[in-house]
Amino acid sequence: MAPISTRISSTPRLLAAPSGFTASLERLFWMAGSLLALALLWQLIAIYAESRYLPTPLTVFDVLWREGASGDLWKHTSATLVRVAIAFIVSMIIGTSIGLFLGRYRTADKFFDAWLILFLNLPALVTITLCYIWFGLTDAAAITAVALNKIPNVAVNMREGARSLSKDLDEMALVYKFGWWKTLRHVTLPQLAPFFAASARSGLALVWKIVLVVEAFGRSSGVGYRLSIAFQEFDVSTILAYALAFILIVQIIEFTVLQPLQSRVNTWRR
Amino acid sequence: MNGTAPIRVLVDRKIFPAVGDRDAQLVLKDVSFEVAPRSFLVITGPSGCGKSTLLNIIAGLDNNYEGKVDLGPASDRLAFIFQTPRLLPWRTVYENIALALPDSDPRQAKIPAMLESVGLGHSMNAYPERLSLGMQRRAALARGFILEPEILLMDEPFVSLDDPTAASLRSLLTELWHTHPTTVIFVTHDRTEAIQLGTRILRLAPGKASVVQDASINLTEEQRHDRAAILAEQNRIFAA
Repeated sequence: MAPISTRISSTPRLLAAPSGFTASLERLFWMAGSLLALALLWQLIAIYAESRYLPTPLTVFDVLWREGASGDLWKHTSATLVRVAIAFIVSMIIGTSIGLFLGRYRTADKFFDAWLILFLNLPALVTITLCYIWFGLTDAAAITAVALNKIPNVAVNMREGARSLSKDLDEMALVYKFGWWKTLRHVTLPQLAPFFAASARSGLALVWKIVLVVEAFGRSSGVGYRLSIAFQEFDVSTILAYALAFILIVQIIEFTVLQPLQSRVNTWRR
Repeated sequence: MNGTAPIRVLVDRKIFPAVGDRDAQLVLKDVSFEVAPRSFLVITGPSGCGKSTLLNIIAGLDNNYEGKVDLGPASDRLAFIFQTPRLLPWRTVYENIALALPDSDPRQAKIPAMLESVGLGHSMNAYPERLSLGMQRRAALARGFILEPEILLMDEPFVSLDDPTAASLRSLLTELWHTHPTTVIFVTHDRTEAIQLGTRILRLAPGKASVVQDASINLTEEQRHDRAAILAEQNRIFAA
């Protein structure tokens, strides 16, 4: 006779709605399996190619381990993370302010729309080189360059948010005498939260990639700098090792900070 | 004592400006009336006759008109129940009611009892979008009445509900109005609803842009539950 638990878990109702924990465990299982398969494929190709420009996954992990042990990995990733954090915060604040302003004032929007399009289409490489030329090879110039790349994206997103603010709820807040602070906190910001969360998620992905470019160009620390040295030496193992380390860090931030934040602002939805 | 002075409404002219290829439109012209304290005034008329516009002017949401509205000393105790519930979807029912009051207001303590009395005792911590429209409207009523308002404005608060739900909300409103007496200005296009609830009726007509009839509704409390009596009163008033 089958154990009772098996029979219960095989009822359609439970299959259709697995608990949150089971679901995330299952997702983790699939992810781990698929990544392992990729590593295996990589290993096979590397063995077959026998080239020093295509190291095996094991070699890459070996380099990662050595860089970690020597402290270099920590030194460079932390330098990059600090730049990412500052550039991210600065561009979210400025981009949000600009977006809200343009979303609320139609004349300003008409005037500045062209500027926004211009900056949106300005290649990252151009802002980076210009910032270094004008402000020197400093961290301030580097962060400015990154922020200039990200601000237009945030502004466009938040402008949509500001445009879609409900006039009905504004009137309600007015009639019930919410005052500016209660209106901001309970009426305006919750409406902007989904736009903010979307900007933050896409923002992090963009900012850290541009920070690497900025570091490769004109800084003497950070993952980008380390990658540019590895490039000069054609040291593919190091390039892959740092790339892996950084992907891991960004994914951890994504899973532990950004995704919970996004699901928290959405709990009220049906 | 608040609520002893009448509300005086005088709208000389209200015009919707031209938008795109639509011409400017005269919505209200020479609309003038007083509302006695603790009375239940119903403003009725077909869609587009300016009822809601008039209510927004009285509420102070629309200041772009010629005329003068004097709400008297009671003007700071005003509640508005809108055509849609206008609850904050990201706040629970309880929070929605609480936000209508200042943070440390003694009336905050009355919220659970108020929610109980509108039949939302078990849904206090639910988010509005998880409730039916009828329940959301109950929450909107609770938010209006928790203020213990001197003036209560209502803009077709029971449209798009099925008949039994609308009927139960109407009797809930009557009940609340009897326990918390207040001056009500109630806008509706439903004639039967107007006669059943109001003590006085103002009719607006489209095109005229002004009041075409001002009549008091003479029904006893018992008669307001009697369909035949309501119909007779409706015929009397609307035949005029």
